Amino acid sequence: MFKWKTDEFSWVDFTIDVLRILIVLGVVVGAWNTLSSGRITFAQWVNLFAAGLSQGSIYALIALGYTLVYGILLMINFAHGEVFMAGAFSAVFLAEAFNRTGFLNEQPLLAILLMIMFAGLLSMTVAILLERVAYRPLRGSPRLVPLITAIGASFFLQYTFRGLYGSGFKAYPQVKILQGAVSIGGINIPIVQIFVFCSALVLMLGLYWLVERTRVGKAMRAVSENKEVARLMGIDIDWVIMFTFGVGGFLAGSAGVINGMFRPQGVNFFMGFIPGIKAFTAAVLGGIGNIPGAMLGGLFLGVIEAIGPNLVLAGLGIPGANQLKDVIAFTMLVLVLIFRPQGILGERLSEKKA
Amino acid sequence: MIRSFCSLMLAINLLAAFLLPVSAGGACDDPLGCVEVGPDDPIVVGAMLVISGAINYLGEDTLGGVELALLDRDETLLNHEIELVVEDSLCTAEGGQIAAQRLAADPTVVGAIGTNCSSAAQGAIPIISESGMVMIAPSNTSPSLTNTDIAAGGSHRPGYFRTSQNGLIEGMRLAQFAMYALEAESLATVHDGDPYTSGLARAVADTFDELDGNVVFEGAVNKGDTDMTSILTEIAVHQPDVIYVPLFEPESNFFAAQMQYIAGLEDTIILGGAASFSSSFPENTGDAAIGIYVSGPLVSGDAYEKLLEQWVDEYGSDPPSGYHAHAYDATNLLLNALEAVAEINDDGSLTIGRQAMRDAVAATEDYPGLTGRLTCREDSPFAGDCSPGTALAVFQITEAEVYDDHWPPPLAWNFAADSFD
Repeated sequence: MFKWKTDEFSWVDFTIDVLRILIVLGVVVGAWNTLSSGRITFAQWVNLFAAGLSQGSIYALIALGYTLVYGILLMINFAHGEVFMAGAFSAVFLAEAFNRTGFLNEQPLLAILLMIMFAGLLSMTVAILLERVAYRPLRGSPRLVPLITAIGASFFLQYTFRGLYGSGFKAYPQVKILQGAVSIGGINIPIVQIFVFCSALVLMLGLYWLVERTRVGKAMRAVSENKEVARLMGIDIDWVIMFTFGVGGFLAGSAGVINGMFRPQGVNFFMGFIPGIKAFTAAVLGGIGNIPGAMLGGLFLGVIEAIGPNLVLAGLGIPGANQLKDVIAFTMLVLVLIFRPQGILGERLSEKKA
Repeated sequence: MIRSFCSLMLAINLLAAFLLPVSAGGACDDPLGCVEVGPDDPIVVGAMLVISGAINYLGEDTLGGVELALLDRDETLLNHEIELVVEDSLCTAEGGQIAAQRLAADPTVVGAIGTNCSSAAQGAIPIISESGMVMIAPSNTSPSLTNTDIAAGGSHRPGYFRTSQNGLIEGMRLAQFAMYALEAESLATVHDGDPYTSGLARAVADTFDELDGNVVFEGAVNKGDTDMTSILTEIAVHQPDVIYVPLFEPESNFFAAQMQYIAGLEDTIILGGAASFSSSFPENTGDAAIGIYVSGPLVSGDAYEKLLEQWVDEYGSDPPSGYHAHAYDATNLLLNALEAVAEINDDGSLTIGRQAMRDAVAATEDYPGLTGRLTCREDSPFAGDCSPGTALAVFQITEAEVYDDHWPPPLAWNFAADSFD
């Protein structure tokens, strides 16, 4: 269990083990204090969990784009948050038009489906253009080069959309069937949160089917394993990479609309930055390059963010615990990088690749 | 030799270029220096307003007030055209700093209207003050901006004035409203760390406490937060009667919209600040906005009605927020001071002393503005406050504001007319 006790003594291993013990102690003491005080009711815990699961579903959908691209190119597409923003920001205009004509509330499911398709296809186009213009010419260069390019592309997309749609905030209109809550065991769960989780689940299952059960999915997996061998087998590598970017983009755009149903306000050119970083954290948490890992990482991160401040930080008497939500997310990233760099499901990926 | 001569000539030319504008026109004996306006040059007035971002409606609203005040004078003063230079101060200290630096770098700018946000003012004040200029803010309310005690968090510097009410006054009145009109026994406050929101939250909590109310929670969210579930759950533990939330959009939208799903807050009333006093707040919040109280400026009278007519003629719609009258008054204070202190030289050029400008604005007493009778104070914590603080009310949002583009909402309390007795 403790590496420094079995192997030759190392201060680094010792410090890491002490840190590990302190973190576990902190979590246990904080959680114990909170739960034993009974301040927060069971219904409120369920509310927090459900909200976290919904937020996590959105992180998961975006994280899939990071993980797909990393799996196939071993690069971090830091502009992926902006691909999410492109779909979300563009579809808000369609949503407003549907709302003005009354279509949004007369045929809500069809309207939402059309919005998801529109945002998904638009984000897919942005992602494909990004790959074709910004990343493909750099394929084969040192890994730092596309990383820096991705950051530049991120700013380019932000300010392009600021130029197109302005710098003000917009909001998705309300969809009446998503308002209200359903009572499950006497606890009210907002309908919109159930919708978000179910929609994300359908998209994630669709992706899993695409990757595991179709020819193109097999080609994606082949390129991910070994590009040269895949090329020798007659697979068009460029097309598969482009397709992978497109699929990631479609999921991000769809997540944009689903997010708009869940958190309708605050739609602007900068809205992709934080979710993008969080989704990247989720992808690393789950094991970057691993599709189920990204899904699990997203859900885990969403729930930890929602519950962590009230469960652990408030229990430790830390003031302004709710303001430290982001600290929890990024602390998780640091801890994963220290204690389990391959992520939660990372081992399974390495076994498969081996 | 020739090179040395050329260098000397160049140095002389550069020196002359720097000295000439100062030496032209009348003699300047103002301790802070003078602005020289050439015979055919315009008088340059600056504005530091929020032009982009989530609350750009506030910039649009106050810019309209400034422009209408200039139009009232045919954009001319002392036979000089008035040129308005607008800088985007955003709603951040950095934005205010950059806007102020741009104006301070231009020696022809006489003074500035702005900023809109207290955070932007904190960035702008030191630069504007150092440059010798005057700034008159139409919508800052943070108490720290008029407090000269730096050790106590004050950030007032000479040259700063405002026509909007001090947050201490607003906070006191809103706490009274919560206690006596809403009959609240317990109160929670939430701010976002901005000097405006934290100043108001502090002022409301202090007064509510002084009135023997129970302040059960004082917390904050981060700017940019979209998920308010965590803080709302924490507030629900304390079950306050009223939550005072002076947040800006979109955080205020997220807060109000997500509160409806939190167990334990079903009967809690939201009292919003003037940052939510905009037609976009009910539109973006949806059903959850119905019933929410928001404080905001209330201006009335014939002169104001005339201004509204002018606004509609000029811009074709109603003002997007409630601080245009304050901006109108601020512009008039600045122009009146300019008119009073400018020395008209023989060639028609003007010499405007910077300290004289400050003194003239500071000497404003009982000026009949649209927002009341304005008198600029010098005593901390009200140094630079010119507002009588009477143009304040509480409104309650109804379905009409959410669905029918109706604005402003019905009046719930007029502090100038209603009594708590």
